[in-house]
Amino acid sequence: MVDVSKGGAPGGGVNLTKGQAISLQKRDGGTLTAVRMGLGWQAAPRRGLFGSRTREVDLDASAVLFADKQPVDVVFFRHLVSDDGSVRHTGDNLVGGVGQGGDDESILVDLARVPVHIDQIVFTVNSFTGQTFQEVQNAFCRLVDETNGQELARYTLAGGGAYTAQIMAKVHRTGPGWTMTALGTPANGRTFQDLMPAILPHL
Amino acid sequence: MTAELVRGQNHPLSQARLEVRIAAGTPIVVGATLGDEHGRVPGVEWVAHPGAPTLPGLEVSRQAAADHRLAVDLGAVPEAVHRVDVLLALPAAGGAGPASFGVVAAPFVAVTDLDGTELASYTITGLDAESAVVALEFYRRQGAWKVRAVGQGYGGGLAELLTDQGLAEAHHLATGINEAVAQGLARSLPAPSRPTDPDRSRRPAAPALGGDQGGPATQGASGGVPPQPVPPYGAQAPGVPPQPTSPYGAQAPGVPSQPASPYDPQGTSAAGAPQQPTPPYGTPRQPASPYDPQSTPAAAAPQPGQPQGAAVPADSSSAAQPSGAPIDYAHPRRQSAAPQPPPPGQAKPPVAGDAAGWSMDERLYNQVWGMFEDLARTMAAYRSAVDFADSRMEKELDQILSDPRSRLGGQGDAAREAARAKYAQLVDQARAVLDRDLAQLTAEAEVVEPALPPAYARWDNPVWHGYRVPMEVPMALRMGDLHLAEAPELRIPLLVRLPLERGLWIDSGRAGSLGGSFTDSHDLGRLAMETAVAHAARLLAVHPAGEFTVHVIDPAGSAAQALAPLVRTGVLAAPPAMGAAGVADVLTRLTERVDLVQMAVRAGAADSLPPGLDTAEQLLIVNDFPHGFDDRAVTQLRYLADEGPAVGVHLMMVADREEAAGYGPLLDPLWRSLLRLTPVPDDHLADPWVGHAWTYEPSLVPPGSEVLQQVLSQVARARTKPT
Repeated sequence: MVDVSKGGAPGGGVNLTKGQAISLQKRDGGTLTAVRMGLGWQAAPRRGLFGSRTREVDLDASAVLFADKQPVDVVFFRHLVSDDGSVRHTGDNLVGGVGQGGDDESILVDLARVPVHIDQIVFTVNSFTGQTFQEVQNAFCRLVDETNGQELARYTLAGGGAYTAQIMAKVHRTGPGWTMTALGTPANGRTFQDLMPAILPHL
Repeated sequence: MTAELVRGQNHPLSQARLEVRIAAGTPIVVGATLGDEHGRVPGVEWVAHPGAPTLPGLEVSRQAAADHRLAVDLGAVPEAVHRVDVLLALPAAGGAGPASFGVVAAPFVAVTDLDGTELASYTITGLDAESAVVALEFYRRQGAWKVRAVGQGYGGGLAELLTDQGLAEAHHLATGINEAVAQGLARSLPAPSRPTDPDRSRRPAAPALGGDQGGPATQGASGGVPPQPVPPYGAQAPGVPPQPTSPYGAQAPGVPSQPASPYDPQGTSAAGAPQQPTPPYGTPRQPASPYDPQSTPAAAAPQPGQPQGAAVPADSSSAAQPSGAPIDYAHPRRQSAAPQPPPPGQAKPPVAGDAAGWSMDERLYNQVWGMFEDLARTMAAYRSAVDFADSRMEKELDQILSDPRSRLGGQGDAAREAARAKYAQLVDQARAVLDRDLAQLTAEAEVVEPALPPAYARWDNPVWHGYRVPMEVPMALRMGDLHLAEAPELRIPLLVRLPLERGLWIDSGRAGSLGGSFTDSHDLGRLAMETAVAHAARLLAVHPAGEFTVHVIDPAGSAAQALAPLVRTGVLAAPPAMGAAGVADVLTRLTERVDLVQMAVRAGAADSLPPGLDTAEQLLIVNDFPHGFDDRAVTQLRYLADEGPAVGVHLMMVADREEAAGYGPLLDPLWRSLLRLTPVPDDHLADPWVGHAWTYEPSLVPPGSEVLQQVLSQVARARTKPT
């Protein structure tokens, strides 16, 4: 567990490393009510006939809601709002590339409204267009306090490898509050369904 | 700490790395130009735009979007650059979007540091015919950077703007930018709007009714039913203003008008299709919902305030204004800083009309649908939690049973007790959350219900006593009430969009209805006809004089008593048609009408219709189907059901499906194409978000009330009055 006030991310939040966890308590001791998981990426430039040729990469962010290791609901580009309304995907971005700190896809979690039996929410990223993360640059996921826009934690997908998905992070209940843990596990799959076997060990 | 700038005002900046956030109600293009010490842009390579998004120190989006965030590093900008202008433009592509900033919400721009802390903000008000605007300017002043609110608009769009900046190739570049944007638009969804406002505006249109939501928790996927075809990327573009186009004209001729096809595979379930009216398109709704992060659990105790003065809009700046007039869209609820948590112990009392919309009518409509969704979702959370608690307890009890140790002494009992306690604790927790939300929604319903206009109001609402024939057609009509078993007191008005997109079927059959007391089929038939009359009267009442015509087919004359209010007041086009000849006559006339209008629409010559043609919307009430119908008449009826709604001809079938069983599967598409309503409470309607089965109750005139008679008399009087 890491004190949120330390750390050197550009946003003032914590630059997480794999496996690291932070408690989602506010500095003033209050609990967070709403967080946003933002995902940003750019297609890596590829050398083509005209230098600047890049292929667009469609990454998709998903969130899976678990109750005691049972998947209960999932939020992704075809189901943008969890049935209970607590988790919302702001919409699919097919090309990425806003880059430089901007989020290309966001998933909002209203922590106060998450149903009582949901104890973990796992965030994943898939390459829908099938490119591996080698063809993606500047990809990151970050957790933002939605009430004031402050970045709480950032996790960079450094040195993309030959895989098409990442299990980025999970937010889980600890006592009355929530904790975020960076997972950063590579996996392969086009949508979150393909990732279920890879997610389960992290619950 | 935020400086809210007005036009021309400047503000010093202490850091070079910044983010510029832009929120507009509609997708816009964002670009930036770099200027030299004379303020001129020397060449196209000094312009960042969707076709060439990156310049040293800044980057813009490749797409048009309602919201933009651009990262700016003024420290990385070349020395020669003394000025960075951030410009906004409406996409020129296709003419689908708005043509000028005067008709959209005033764009809002904010300069933040990397923490997201707002340093300066500026709402660009006062724009009119401009389609491009310089929003902000960063400029060097004595070695430091400052930002200025500019707000200079250009009626000639990007070309004029770029020309004004001294760029020789302005027209060429503007064309290139628009092409780049058009390509982007064709390929991708516009970005969601306003991420800082946690309201409904960001929600895309709800998925098809009762459709497979794709998640593992999907309910009600009846076996063998193919999954609902989900369009790629599922949903209407968020943030795009809905285009409430009438089904007339714009529609390709011959295409059934229902967005949810009448042949929807969902409709194959036995109890009639769990289909419903089209969901509201992206109904935006301001806070006061239980999903509002502002209402923290601690502060959720609602205050059922102002029951009578309810129709007051949330605040005056969002009050209804006649559309078309120039309006200052200074974001009515724009918050310049992060939303503050409410003071503990206080929740905002609910207010009627507390939702987005152009008129009170629309705001109430959106609010009601918002309440509908909130209730659906909070109930989904509750039911899901209870289901989980159930299955967990079952599993634990099974384990205890199979564990030999539990047979010793009291161990098993203690373990069983613990499992039950765990169950009770979770269910209690879930119930507490549900009760909190129900209390808030109930308080909202208590202020909304009395504020509803006649079209949305129950028949016992006093608003009906002050009824006047309206000047325009309302957005929607109340067909009844919906509720869920866990909250029988909380009634959500079922508002169906006008003009009707599907015909109605008032089910006089016995199957499936909850009311055990209406087992007498004769009673049920009479009640069904009374329900039909109440719906028809409401339709007549909410249309301006002469814009809605009702025909009745009552082959055996069995509904004379129920039809009396319509007949007596003289609001019908003609006396109810009787016998096979009457049936054939009415059907033939309406079929001809559909053909004529379709032909005219197809030929693009709507004004070539014969002069005698009644241009009003037509409703055909059919009682006792299939009594008096031959094969030809049945074919005509199906034709009317399929083709009618698009050209303003609607069906209201009062029928028991069993009685038409002789036709076999031939009529299945007919039933599925109609919205099934019942004369008694029945739980056959599904919401579009979660798919709960809601108990529907029709909106009926209270026994002994004269209100129907009074309203219809006024309708009849207005009709005969020469206009």
